[in-house]
Amino acid sequence: MTAARRSNSSVRQDSRASDVHVAAGGLLHRRHLLVGGASAIAASMPSGAAISAPDTPSWMLAPGSEPPPYGTPSPHEMRVARHILQFYLDRAPEFRISGTPLEALDGTLTPNGLHFETHHSGVPAIDPSSHRLYLYGLVSRNVSFGVEDLLRYPQTTTTCFIECSGNSFFNTMPEPSDRPCGAIHGLVSCSEWSGVPLGLLLDEAGLSDGARWLVVSGADSNAYSRSIPLSKARDNIFVALHQNGERIRPEQGYPMRLVIPGWEASAQVKWLHSIKVTAEPGFTRDETSRYSDLRANGAADLFTFTMGVKSVITRPAPGGVAAHRGYNEISGLAWSGHGRIARVEVSADRGASWAEAVLQEPVLPLSLTRFRAPWRWNGQPAVLMSRAVDSAGNIQPTHDAWRERYASNTRYHYNAVQAWQIEANGEARNVYA
Amino acid sequence: MSMRKQLCKCAVALIIAHMPGVSLADEHPRLGVVASVEDIANVDLAINRDGAGLPPGRGSVAEGAIIYQARCAYCHGSDGQARGLEIVGGIGSLASEVPVKTVGSYWPYAATLFDYTRRSMPYDAPQSLSNNEVYSVVAYMLALNNIIDEEKVVSDETLAGIQMPNRDGFRYDDELE
Ligand code: HEC
Repeated sequence: MTAARRSNSSVRQDSRASDVHVAAGGLLHRRHLLVGGASAIAASMPSGAAISAPDTPSWMLAPGSEPPPYGTPSPHEMRVARHILQFYLDRAPEFRISGTPLEALDGTLTPNGLHFETHHSGVPAIDPSSHRLYLYGLVSRNVSFGVEDLLRYPQTTTTCFIECSGNSFFNTMPEPSDRPCGAIHGLVSCSEWSGVPLGLLLDEAGLSDGARWLVVSGADSNAYSRSIPLSKARDNIFVALHQNGERIRPEQGYPMRLVIPGWEASAQVKWLHSIKVTAEPGFTRDETSRYSDLRANGAADLFTFTMGVKSVITRPAPGGVAAHRGYNEISGLAWSGHGRIARVEVSADRGASWAEAVLQEPVLPLSLTRFRAPWRWNGQPAVLMSRAVDSAGNIQPTHDAWRERYASNTRYHYNAVQAWQIEANGEARNVYA
Repeated sequence: MSMRKQLCKCAVALIIAHMPGVSLADEHPRLGVVASVEDIANVDLAINRDGAGLPPGRGSVAEGAIIYQARCAYCHGSDGQARGLEIVGGIGSLASEVPVKTVGSYWPYAATLFDYTRRSMPYDAPQSLSNNEVYSVVAYMLALNNIIDEEKVVSDETLAGIQMPNRDGFRYDDELE
């Protein structure tokens, strides 16, 4: 056998004697993570031919540039950007949703500029010195707070995912979308948020008898409004001022927004402007006409705040890295509004057999959790799936089971198992399975 | 309040009380300033489903038609059925294979129509209509959906009493409260 033939056959690592399989379709034992990856890469190096030394790169021959006061990604990474979708085109062009490019990221925290973003009438340009938060209604005294005031309060910090209840809505459509992973599933992101516990501010206003709900509004041109049960406000809601250390971005509600870990994003009112304490929900347009879940029988559920358990493989994934013949690290994200991720299973044969993925520590409650699974692809048709279970025992439904529950036009709270079909060239394609 | 919640609250107070530099949950800057009645009147756009909060005023379907055609039709269609921005139609379709959700078919409460139109519409110039104009255009949207007659006048006293077709179509878990 010639050297060329030999190197070729070692690139195509369809199977190796040392492989320990844990499920069909090439899913390997967890010990192939890192170790398996490194040895597979070593094995794929052309063994005979010497690599000629490259010319010394120009950046080693002269000092570099002055770093900018506020850093940006490398110019080589500029195509890593949010996936933007417009709804009303000419009539309301600024009305957009921007999905995190999940397929281009690793780890669990989302860079601030890539955090997903939705709104109902564009991003308002708020001057913080003339923005106030008002608390009124069933309280002993109506009070208001300036931004500088809130910055002086005791702050709390929490890492959590935020997910739009409309995330993955493309998968509620009759045909699977061929958009990139993040255009389908990217209305979820994860940050470390800091701010003032809402309970502190409510105490200052003093609650009156009969206070049960908060009707919250934003300072956007839509005066976006949602109701939140008071019991939750006492639990873990806070008025966020910082995101991953810096003041929150305009798209995220600058100068302040609600953060309610585990709940649908649409309840976490951005550009927070007023909170009316009431006896009843407001039954606002954006919790009845929108963000309510129409069932197949014609009845609709209101206030379905908690985001269900969910997962998605982000590598390989549509629009991102393709599968390679031989060793691959399957990697993805799992999360649940009910608590922590307890387990993620991965299948390479359309759900016929499953292997448990490795969860990247630390596994934080109500946060994105990274999972990984080693996989050796033999180049044959394969369908990759992931299935998450949370600490409350919830498990992701199948696409069909989810579909049966809801009316054909319900686009919220889709959390079914995602299947990526791996094509002959290794590219991942969205399929319903 | 449940026993468990009370316990939780005490636990939180205890934890905070033992954090260095923080003596009691109670001790914080108290920088909230009392908001005047005028301030609140300015920010308070919330209308209850029973009509509480509706400002005094009235409007007719006929006046609403004029405002609607001038200020709303170029986005929502002169018949209220512009694709993607429908506000008319679909009544009775919710349990069918092709449910259509609009103001007429889906919204549970008429008072919400005032709340939303006043705070958010017209989309390109929200809060630019007078209260009477909002009542008028609300009346027109209800008439387009055949929920009220063409001759009808809608006011702060009558709006909340108008029965929407899908009034009983929603449910929620009252454990939330
Ligand atoms: C420039 C375009 C534009 C104009 C003009 C406009 N709208 Fe809208 N309207 C929208 C958009 C966009 C939405 C969707 C907003 C959203 O989803 O948050 C909307 C939503 C609505 C809804 C909610 C529909 C539903 O089922 O939830 C109503 C009601 C409405 N508009 C009424 C009006 C009225 C009344 C006027 C005139 C006074 C008006 N609109 C003018 C663009 C417009």
